[in-house]
Amino acid sequence: MGQITLQDVQKSFGPVHIIKGANLDISDGSFVVFVGPSGCGKTTLLRLIAGLEDVTGGSILIDGKNVVDVPPAKRGLSMVFQSYALYPHMSVRGNIAFGLKMAGLPKAEINRKVEAAAATLNLTPYLDRKPRELSGGQRQRVAIGRAIVREPKAFLFDEPLSNLDAALRVQMRLEVTRLQKQLATTAIYVTHDQVEAMTMADKIVVLNAGRIEQYGTPLELYEKPANLFVAGFIGSPKMNFVNGAAAAKYGAATIGVRPEHLRIARDGEGWPGKIAVAEHLGSDTFLYVDAGALGTLTARHVGELDLSAGDDIVLSPDPSRIHRFDKDGNALRS
Amino acid sequence: MATRQTQLLARTLLTPAVALLFVWMIVPLALTIYFSTLHYNLLDGDTQQFVGLENFRYFLTDPAFLASLQNTLVLVGSVLGLTILLGIPLALLLDQPVIGRSFVRLMVIAPFFVMPTVSALVWKNLLMHPVSGLFAWIAKSFGLTPIDWFNDAPLFAIILIVTWQWLPFATLILLTALQSLDEEQKEAAEMDGARALSTFVYITLPHLARPITVVILIETIFLLTVFAEIFVTTGGGPGLQTTNIAFLIYSQALIQYDIGSASAGGLVAVVIANIVAFFLVRIVGRNLEA
Repeated sequence: MGQITLQDVQKSFGPVHIIKGANLDISDGSFVVFVGPSGCGKTTLLRLIAGLEDVTGGSILIDGKNVVDVPPAKRGLSMVFQSYALYPHMSVRGNIAFGLKMAGLPKAEINRKVEAAAATLNLTPYLDRKPRELSGGQRQRVAIGRAIVREPKAFLFDEPLSNLDAALRVQMRLEVTRLQKQLATTAIYVTHDQVEAMTMADKIVVLNAGRIEQYGTPLELYEKPANLFVAGFIGSPKMNFVNGAAAAKYGAATIGVRPEHLRIARDGEGWPGKIAVAEHLGSDTFLYVDAGALGTLTARHVGELDLSAGDDIVLSPDPSRIHRFDKDGNALRS
Repeated sequence: MATRQTQLLARTLLTPAVALLFVWMIVPLALTIYFSTLHYNLLDGDTQQFVGLENFRYFLTDPAFLASLQNTLVLVGSVLGLTILLGIPLALLLDQPVIGRSFVRLMVIAPFFVMPTVSALVWKNLLMHPVSGLFAWIAKSFGLTPIDWFNDAPLFAIILIVTWQWLPFATLILLTALQSLDEEQKEAAEMDGARALSTFVYITLPHLARPITVVILIETIFLLTVFAEIFVTTGGGPGLQTTNIAFLIYSQALIQYDIGSASAGGLVAVVIANIVAFFLVRIVGRNLEA
């Protein structure tokens, strides 16, 4: 079981409010990703749940029990750190076994569990090596092994993939997701990378400046962003925002259109502009268009498009895919 | 940038330093070896004759030699042990965030800047003096008989003084090592359920293995040659109780005016230092490998 509930959780460091009242319900077995720009408080929130920081206010419930006064080891959570935090002088076996050893389990049982965890993570040949003799991906797996061997109520991941190169990151992303589904253990995963968030999460928490901006499934966030921040943060390239008369036409202070929902034509109805830069990726074409008073708009076209910088084109938004926001930045729903 | 020009430039610029070192090291060494084979006593000036290894035989069979060798090893070993055993808890304390931490650190490090002669005099006259010393006053105020440190426990008194001088060094090295311990590692241990003691034994102490090695190696070099503290306080006595190798050589040369024998002693000291270094590197040196 690993049902985690946050009730008005607050955290200040001196006069600085890092977390300004977070409410969240994480159901058992789900994979939840905290995402947001750096300094938004996502790591702090994770550390509060882990117990590595004390809350300033509010309560954290794990399986219905308030744990704010429970020390980290007793909360039944395990954490994978950004730097992996492996114990450098211990072998892989020693690293994975350390938590069990501290819990005072009998030796035979520790060995059995360590070997089972190592087998799950393909670490068996490396059990007697030191962390410095391993590659980045292997170290990452040892850190995960250390987390799973304790059979926690939930895993906490603090940007675990940010030290890996791009190819390895994609592979580990899959492995972590698969492992989490296989173990059916609740996982909370912190990242600033929205691709990781979108691909791994059952549900995403978007944080900004210590506030939860939106909590929902990846596609909910993509299709129905609650406000300008979420709209701009989720999706790559970023959503185009248009103010003024063009927005007023749709009864909104600001409208947002994703690059993939702009139709590109040489002429006709819409927003005229001149291509500033055209990026041809083969699978996609990205156009950065100077649209006069509307600013620079980004348009995406799937496949190749025979246009280049300096061409005059017209962009027209897909009317069913226009996001409307009021003057405070909140989404208007029709 | 290892072009031919830069190599030539590097060599040219290094030459004066190397030449100076060479002259300053090789000339005294050669002279010492030369003197060690002579009968050369300042008290009968004119007769300098070649005696082969007679000076070595004389120095090594002198009963004072074995006693001073033992004193040297006891002194080095005790000070090493004490500075590390006391240095670790001190470093752990100084690593804690307390008000005025930088001031406290400065005060802790202060003894290292006091020159050995001065600190030995302070210990001898202000602290350990059996009549007017602070320790005597404390003992008397509890109704105890003051200890006459330099008569009753002379070597221990020397060990205390030298430990006091070298404790800051050990503490400082260990403190910087503690500060480089990855915070996330401690947190990982905390999540793993390790309490303070287990964290110390399984995480902190292994992390300190390397700085402890550095402390042992560096302190050994200097502790083998402790001289001022002995010269100022006990003068090697009573008897030979606080005479170490360095002091023995001094007394051969400048008390007995026997230059030949003192030179032989100096060379013996070089050999002993190398033997100690060899064993130290064998025992603790592998901690230095990455």
